[in-house]
Amino acid sequence: MQWNDIGEFLAMGGRAFYVWGSFGACLLLMVAEPILAQRRARAVRDTLRRERLADELDRKPG
Amino acid sequence: MNDSIRPLTSTRLTRWLFHCASPPVFYPLAGRLIPWFWALAALFGIAGLYVSFFVAPTDAVQGEAYRIIFVHVPASWMSMFIYLVMAFWAGVGLVFNTRLSGMMAQALAPTGALMAVLSLWTGSLWGKPMWGTWWVWDARLTSELILAFLYIGFIALQASIDDPRRADKAGAILALVGVVNIPIIYFSVKWWNTLHQGASVSLTKSPSMAQTMLWGMLLMALCFWMYSIAVALMRVRAIILEREAATEWVKHAVE
Repeated sequence: MQWNDIGEFLAMGGRAFYVWGSFGACLLLMVAEPILAQRRARAVRDTLRRERLADELDRKPG
Repeated sequence: MNDSIRPLTSTRLTRWLFHCASPPVFYPLAGRLIPWFWALAALFGIAGLYVSFFVAPTDAVQGEAYRIIFVHVPASWMSMFIYLVMAFWAGVGLVFNTRLSGMMAQALAPTGALMAVLSLWTGSLWGKPMWGTWWVWDARLTSELILAFLYIGFIALQASIDDPRRADKAGAILALVGVVNIPIIYFSVKWWNTLHQGASVSLTKSPSMAQTMLWGMLLMALCFWMYSIAVALMRVRAIILEREAATEWVKHAVE
């Protein structure tokens, strides 16, 4: 291993901005995308559930 | 004769494929597969990051900045590969008029766009310390930028058409025409004299170093690949429900 301590690891030989900027952007987008996909799926499921509930209420007599 | 003993003829295989491609069958199937792809993405990601930061040594020429390669190359590969898969499904939908194909293409586009953006972003952050510039209008960079625009154009075009089947057709034509850009990106470093380095990792270093670098890149590429499948399956499930909302099976699928 080429790092003596955590500070050296984070400094990335003076290229911290570029290295962490690259890995950070990947992490950020690759966390955000599945959350957005999950939300989209939840939104459509909620809509479908509401529609079905409305249908059932409509069918009830009185 | 028992059905399971009969040889798997091409007709039966085709029938089986079409069976799996029907939204009521594919929806729960994709749901069962997603956790496995997430698990694989996590495993490859942990191993890949470990190799990227703790096994691969400092580069003699580029210092630590070269470590950007471990996300830059996988993102670039996936941006091109996803485009081919997207164009394939779009083409299948155009020819066979199968319901799921267009949904698959639509589900892949945002992930492909994300990979193209990451490729450009990480490339820019690598270019600044190594070339002294964030951007050059070089063949490799420009064709990758065009790829990002193709994804965005595909998404925008489909979003602008209300009828999903017509949106699929229009998107498919755009996607198929855009395929010509993929070999241009891939061979750009050979065909033109570019600032971007060649296809393989050709930095001057000992063979053992190239080996660990290759492993890091491979593991990270597998992580990005598994991630792309997982997130595209998540999105295609949402698209299936959106488009098939009026059908009876969807009413039963959503409890």
